[in-house]
Amino acid sequence: MFEAILLTVITASTPLVIAALGELVTERSGVLNLGVEGMMIMGAVCAFATTQMTGSPYIGLLAGIAGGAAFSLLFGFLTLTLVANQVATGLALTILGLGLSGQLGEMFVGKPGIKLQPIVIPLLSDIPFFGRVLFAQDLTFYLSVALVIGINWFLFKSRTGLKMRAIGDNHGSAHALGINVIRTRYLAVMFGGACAGLAGAQLSLVYTPQWVENMSAGRGWIALALVVFASWRPWRVLAGGYLFGAVTIGQLHAQAFGIGVPSQLLSALPYAATIVVLIIISHNRRTTLINTPASLGKPFVPDR
Amino acid sequence: MRIELEKRARVSTLFSIISPLLALLLTLVFGAVMFWFLGKPPLGSLYVYFIEPLLEVWSLHELAVKAAPLILIAVGLSICYRSNNWNIGAEGQFTIGAITGSILPVLYPEWHSWAILPLMMIMGMIGGAAYAAIPALLKTRFNTNEILTSLMLVYIAGLFLDWLVRGPWRDPKGYNFPVTKSFQVEAVLPEILDSGRAHWAFIFALVAAVALWFMMRFMLKGFQVSVLGQSERAGRFAGFSARRMVWFSMLLSGALAGLAGISEVSGSIGHLQPAISPGYGFTAIIVAFLGRLNPLGIIASGLVLALTYLGGEAAQVALEISDKAARVFQGMLLFFVLSCDTLIHYRIRLVLAGNQTKEVKA
Repeated sequence: MFEAILLTVITASTPLVIAALGELVTERSGVLNLGVEGMMIMGAVCAFATTQMTGSPYIGLLAGIAGGAAFSLLFGFLTLTLVANQVATGLALTILGLGLSGQLGEMFVGKPGIKLQPIVIPLLSDIPFFGRVLFAQDLTFYLSVALVIGINWFLFKSRTGLKMRAIGDNHGSAHALGINVIRTRYLAVMFGGACAGLAGAQLSLVYTPQWVENMSAGRGWIALALVVFASWRPWRVLAGGYLFGAVTIGQLHAQAFGIGVPSQLLSALPYAATIVVLIIISHNRRTTLINTPASLGKPFVPDR
Repeated sequence: MRIELEKRARVSTLFSIISPLLALLLTLVFGAVMFWFLGKPPLGSLYVYFIEPLLEVWSLHELAVKAAPLILIAVGLSICYRSNNWNIGAEGQFTIGAITGSILPVLYPEWHSWAILPLMMIMGMIGGAAYAAIPALLKTRFNTNEILTSLMLVYIAGLFLDWLVRGPWRDPKGYNFPVTKSFQVEAVLPEILDSGRAHWAFIFALVAAVALWFMMRFMLKGFQVSVLGQSERAGRFAGFSARRMVWFSMLLSGALAGLAGISEVSGSIGHLQPAISPGYGFTAIIVAFLGRLNPLGIIASGLVLALTYLGGEAAQVALEISDKAARVFQGMLLFFVLSCDTLIHYRIRLVLAGNQTKEVKA
């Protein structure tokens, strides 16, 4: 029983973790992309459609990643090349993504999906209790853990990561040092888009293997809150993601048991939890200032 | 080949006027391409979408019905965005306004008095403002990002309405449908003309837009909004309080969204139900930007966006295109508006390989 709950918590947390990790990298480079929800839903519809057409959820997963990354380029072009307002453009990306995915996915509504099957790792999965939970998961879970480790290494141990953080903290100085600000930011935005697309693919291939309009249901926004909650550190994203996953699954189980609280109010719990968490993490103005990339959301036009 | 930007010495008045029109044109072109992809006649589809709804009296009334909430919400949002407060939870404030405004007709269906309607409108505004006060309080008191909190509150408001109409407020004689009792006649917002459905919400919208235009143009408060939005530091030197501006802009936009909510429920629907808005609160963000955050411009852009809703419905019947196409149009429009706005502040140059600079847009 407990094992089963833990498994569902992992499935609910994985998309949040992946999407938040991508956004973390984008924001570390100084770009605030509020379009996570839109890129996620585009990833979900691309993945589902491709899986239906090819029969392979793995090709679908790739399509989800590609879809998210391609969609993020739209945001990149507007905010990086045309220096449009990042907040407004992010909103535009979300609105367009929700509309476009609804249109693209129309013919797939109600079709049975193909689920991404778990990969059972021999020997390790035989460890009592933890083996089944940690080593008999689908590919997206392994990817999420690999991403945490990889991004942590990239940001804090690699030279390119250092440069990227420098851009995020002061794009003017980084530019003066000869670092290509715009190119790095394009790559960071596309990485964020690819991660959001992968998270969306997880939704339509693993979490609920079917296509439902607006199926991301605010998860992109929760991922954005997670980045703030994690104060831009990968390991904390993992912890925060699982906290939110646990709240989501907890309220679902509470609904199933019928504890006398209306189901709608329980469904509101993850959103309310997001607000509470944001309050706790932001109330100390000084620590927030120290952690936030200093150039976050500010426009950059290179002087020549 | 790459694109270079060069800051203009002063804001281009010419492009301030052209840019929204250019964005509209680009949207129409790409819309035609989209219809072509869907296997529909491009020009014929655009005609059904954007011209036909303007040819009949009843559909002009529908246009006013749909434009009213968009304009009401968007003028409030324009004050927020101008002062750099990013309220994107208008959809939630709309919902809560609709709920608090409906308290009287739902709980006192036997009360027949002319006073009920003004009271409903006021209570709707109070509800919307109170709901917007939450992100305002969190921002001023706890330094919390208002974008995320106001958005989370949208989901919570939607679930709360759902619970109300399925639970305590459900009409016991409603054949188990999740709706409240229909409002009494005195609680229904009257129509403006005899010829169609357009009701007083449209008048509210026009009055709000003109009043806020006047405030932005001629009053100190409007000046404060612009100064604090462009530079908080400059505003502080002038003795303006950024904290108070958070409260002012959030409460104002919340109240207007709440008024839009109760007007919609009272004037167009006649009872509460789980779905009361086809995304007006989010579409209003597009309206605000297409109107260049100018209250008078927003009247025009509100009508344009209302047309996309109407055209969407017409195209669904005439061309068998899904109503999602309307949302694609709206999203594209916002994208083009934002990219065309670059021309107002920057010159754009295409730099070809070999250091040949070619001036493309002066």
